[in-house]
Amino acid sequence: MGPTIRPGRIAVHVALILYTILALGPILLILVNAFKTRRAIFADPLGLPNGQTFTTIGFDRVFANADFGLYFFNSLTVTLVSLVLIVLIGAMAAWALTEYKFTGNTLIALYLAVGIMVPIRLGSVSILRMMVELNLVNTLTALILVYVAQGLPLAILILGEFIQQIPKDLRDAARCDGVSEYRIFASIILPLISPAIATVAVFTMVPVWNDLWFPLILAPGDGKQTITLGVQQFIGQYVTDWNAVLASLTLAIAPVLVLYLLFSRYLVRGLTAGAVK
Amino acid sequence: MTDLTASRIQSADAVPARSRFPIHIAVFLAPALAIYTLFSIYPLIDTIRLSLYAGDETGARSFVGLENFRTLLSDPNWSGQFWNAFRNNLIFFLIHMVVQNGIGLGLAMLLSLPRLTGGSVYRTLIFLPTMLSVVIIGFIWQLILNPLWGIAPSLLKAVGLGSFFGPWLGQESTALLTVSLISVWQFVGIPMMLIYAALLNIPDDLLDAATVDGAGPFSVFWFVRLPLILPTLGVVSILTFVANFNAFDLIYAIKGALAGPNFSTDILGTFFYRTFFGFQLQVGSPTMGAAVATAMLIIILVGVLIYLFGVQRRLQRHTF
Repeated sequence: MGPTIRPGRIAVHVALILYTILALGPILLILVNAFKTRRAIFADPLGLPNGQTFTTIGFDRVFANADFGLYFFNSLTVTLVSLVLIVLIGAMAAWALTEYKFTGNTLIALYLAVGIMVPIRLGSVSILRMMVELNLVNTLTALILVYVAQGLPLAILILGEFIQQIPKDLRDAARCDGVSEYRIFASIILPLISPAIATVAVFTMVPVWNDLWFPLILAPGDGKQTITLGVQQFIGQYVTDWNAVLASLTLAIAPVLVLYLLFSRYLVRGLTAGAVK
Repeated sequence: MTDLTASRIQSADAVPARSRFPIHIAVFLAPALAIYTLFSIYPLIDTIRLSLYAGDETGARSFVGLENFRTLLSDPNWSGQFWNAFRNNLIFFLIHMVVQNGIGLGLAMLLSLPRLTGGSVYRTLIFLPTMLSVVIIGFIWQLILNPLWGIAPSLLKAVGLGSFFGPWLGQESTALLTVSLISVWQFVGIPMMLIYAALLNIPDDLLDAATVDGAGPFSVFWFVRLPLILPTLGVVSILTFVANFNAFDLIYAIKGALAGPNFSTDILGTFFYRTFFGFQLQVGSPTMGAAVATAMLIIILVGVLIYLFGVQRRLQRHTF
């Protein structure tokens, strides 16, 4: 690319900074105004809260009228249990498909690949019928089952590519010592795939945490709402209460923001690593 | 897809095939296949089956063949809504293809410049909105564009575009474009990251060779980098297509199930939801819902097949 010209470089940074402001501005605007009085929200939307305008009245109202702690706990349960199941069950299947040669291997791989492209949402009519029959409506179990089915195909693809890169010596040595295939998987392969969990997590946890469709259809009540649905229902009721709306949005944004900034290094690496393939 | 399975078989030749199916392979595969089949493939097939039935008030179902699809495509009560949702969805998709993937490509080009300081900070921050829930993003923009708050008009006034502002989300003529651009704003990070990763994979000597041969920055982009990242642009396009024709959350959060004003933001996802669950005076119908879902499935499959057999093959041949 030859030596770079300074003015060009400055223009590049100006463009990137402007776009970054466009990407973050709206989110910061919500976070800042959530801590201001109603008057200040309207009079000076861009100002930071100060001694006169600072208030947490919105948060007080949210906590008084909606069980955000419970919704948060529901989301956390669904997301983490789904992730653990996807990684464990996905790793078993990926291991079987990459390690062993057997009839039907290609067919099963193709069968699983269908789920990467076809959204499971389109089966909602039957999924709801099934959950009604199984008595699982308004349970977190229903959500977990659907999310595991949704996340498995891509997880198996990612974990399969990862398992391929693990050197063969270890398992061959273990086989010579007469260790069973189950032990090889549990004590050699499973510990070695932990780095791939970050990549699987990007592709499975984020969509699960943020999903509105399945919570809305399968678990819309009985205190089983996830945080995304809880915020949606809450804001639907309190549209005109700006303090409460801004506070509920802030409560939904904050945990994701903190986790993202803590783990962004792994997430971004996982995303680009997955993209190269 | 095919070269992937081929490499899998190659790597597995350490273990010879046996005539009897080894039990441990079945044990490893069973949980994944069971959950995936039961909660993903079976519901999809069952939905297609249901779309061939009609139900009455008592809940009894009778086989009607393709009658539901005939209703959907030609009955005046249904076809207008269906084609409206389809057209809106197509516009929604085209806006994403042009604006989202265009900006994503531009940002990726800038971020992949050699020795760019702060590149990872920009990437992390620009990707941030993508991590948030579509519902949250929808509400954020609804507040910002709300004429009551007045922050959007005052910001526009500051850059001299004050007269340009209108109640964009409330006007039939601008609502779909506005909703699409909100979605574009949120998801620009995905094409940016995928294209960025592809650009990093281009060997430096290729670019150097082109420069030595006298190619300017524009020629290097057009004749060297762009052809090399075409497969990634193909992946980005099909991901955009599937995501857009399956979208629902944003419209539902901002506009509700009725996708107003006057159905101007109605896309197939919201149409499917209304058909399945009903709204206002219309009673929900699982079988018509299944028919709409099947129609969406066909649209998505057609797109995926065009990509797999038309676009992807040609692109790979091109890059070899």
